[in-house]
Amino acid sequence: MRRMTWFNVTSLTFGFAFLYLPMVILIIYSFNESKLVTVWAGFSTKWYGEVLRNTAFLDAAWVTVKVAFLSSCLATVLGTMAAIVMVRAGRFRGRTLFSGMIYAPMVMPEVITGLSLLLLFISLGMDRGVFTIVLAHTTFAMCYVSVVVSSRLVSFDQSLEEAALDLGCSPVQAFRLVTLPIIAPAVISGWLLAFTLSLDDLVIASFTSGPSATTLPMKIWSSVRLGVSPEINALSTIMILVVAIGVITASLINKRNVMRQRREEAAADKLA
Amino acid sequence: MRRLLIAIPYLWLLALFIVPFVIVFKISLSDLAVAIPPYTPTLDIAEGWAGFKAFLSELDFENYIWLTEDALYWKAYLSSLKIAVISTLLTLLVGYPIAYGMARAPEEWRAMLFMLVILPFWTSFLIRVYSWMGILSQEGYLNQLLLWIGVINEPLVILNTNIAVYIGIVYTYLPFMILPIYAALEKLDISLLEAAEDLGCSRFSAFWLVTIPLSKQGIIAGSFLVFIPTIGEFVIPSLLGGSRTLMIGKVLWEEFFSNRDWPVASAVAVVLLLILIIPIVLFQRNEQKQREADQ
Repeated sequence: MRRMTWFNVTSLTFGFAFLYLPMVILIIYSFNESKLVTVWAGFSTKWYGEVLRNTAFLDAAWVTVKVAFLSSCLATVLGTMAAIVMVRAGRFRGRTLFSGMIYAPMVMPEVITGLSLLLLFISLGMDRGVFTIVLAHTTFAMCYVSVVVSSRLVSFDQSLEEAALDLGCSPVQAFRLVTLPIIAPAVISGWLLAFTLSLDDLVIASFTSGPSATTLPMKIWSSVRLGVSPEINALSTIMILVVAIGVITASLINKRNVMRQRREEAAADKLA
Repeated sequence: MRRLLIAIPYLWLLALFIVPFVIVFKISLSDLAVAIPPYTPTLDIAEGWAGFKAFLSELDFENYIWLTEDALYWKAYLSSLKIAVISTLLTLLVGYPIAYGMARAPEEWRAMLFMLVILPFWTSFLIRVYSWMGILSQEGYLNQLLLWIGVINEPLVILNTNIAVYIGIVYTYLPFMILPIYAALEKLDISLLEAAEDLGCSRFSAFWLVTIPLSKQGIIAGSFLVFIPTIGEFVIPSLLGGSRTLMIGKVLWEEFFSNRDWPVASAVAVVLLLILIIPIVLFQRNEQKQREADQ
């Protein structure tokens, strides 16, 4: 028996209103004609025009996408390797330290991660810019990827891999032909997670970048500190919509894959 | 092959996670100098053993002593702890009913509700915090609404106070609280509640004696997930808090970028890390217990 009382309905309604209203208001007021953000003066898309003509925003957006793409690809490779080590490598020396290093960056305050990486780059005499931000983002994002991928690795039937090895596959072939296709959805969601974490990051990027590279969050930050502005509202709306469309598409594709897998399994059961 | 597989991520994390901390610790022991970089190292590795001896003889914890002498740092650590505790409790109060409602919702809704909780998580943190600036300011939407209804006669001052910081933290960290509690409540066997009611429990006492204890793991996990990152939070107090909102993440940032005092900024980071070790270890232990319980 499921109980859906008035209490549950109200708490869900208020809860989701709280989660979504601020963003809905932001989106609505991004179409406000007035320069005064909180006073409605009619519908207009002029702030979108301003954003798209602002080369500083566009340059920063390009840097951000570049950093996010490079770091999420690197993080996916490293994170998947780390997940395989955690789940399949058995015991080895320094395993406790290894799992500590996987979990710790996720709970570490960003100011500490940023500061420590900056001091590392300085003591190595590295020029700071896109490259150092990529290194920094890869390091914390690979931990998230490895958690996502290892939860999939734990749950699938290991005998499939053993069968492939028995049938003459090399370990590399078994990974490529059996393991990778099975964990692929987790690897893809790990990549997406790494990509958005990198897009989102302000604190670590501020510490690890140099004068040559400004990311979009850094650009937004320096303008937002001065107060609310209609341009930032428009830019935020664009970012919210891009992410929402991306996430919803990804989850629909994922759902379709799961359905297909279920159908195939059902068909296989019938044959057996 | 196996060695290589272990070595690559291992070395990466050693080089970019552990080594940086060693450097932070080292710089926290050095002295401030007007130079680039702005500190004089007290440990010179190039001089080998002699350098190490010189380092030991000159070793002082003056940056740490400085932290204990200047009341600013004490107050910042304590007020970060206070803000983190209060906002964790507030997030629990707001998040529990939502998680409870989700777990009781019809089966076919749940995937959708789950998705709706996760979606804000993918949107930029900075934008989510920023969206409250327009709502909470003097001439903001909240004040406009309240004035229009007639609840208040003059606008409330919310932005740039600690109240705005609490609202910002609850808002941005809410999904971290909802998800673990929802996971615990969803597993809960509803017949236990029916049994409790059959045995004479009121609905409320059944909730208090059965539901709450059985969702304890989720409550603990969610609270740590909110508490730990909140202590070092920087963006929320800087945008929503006022000049009187003291939080250690903000102090560290200003020490580094405005005062350019790297040794003190490093010492602040080391102490913050020491404070965080306790909740992090407790959190790991809770997760471990849950994993064992699941098996």
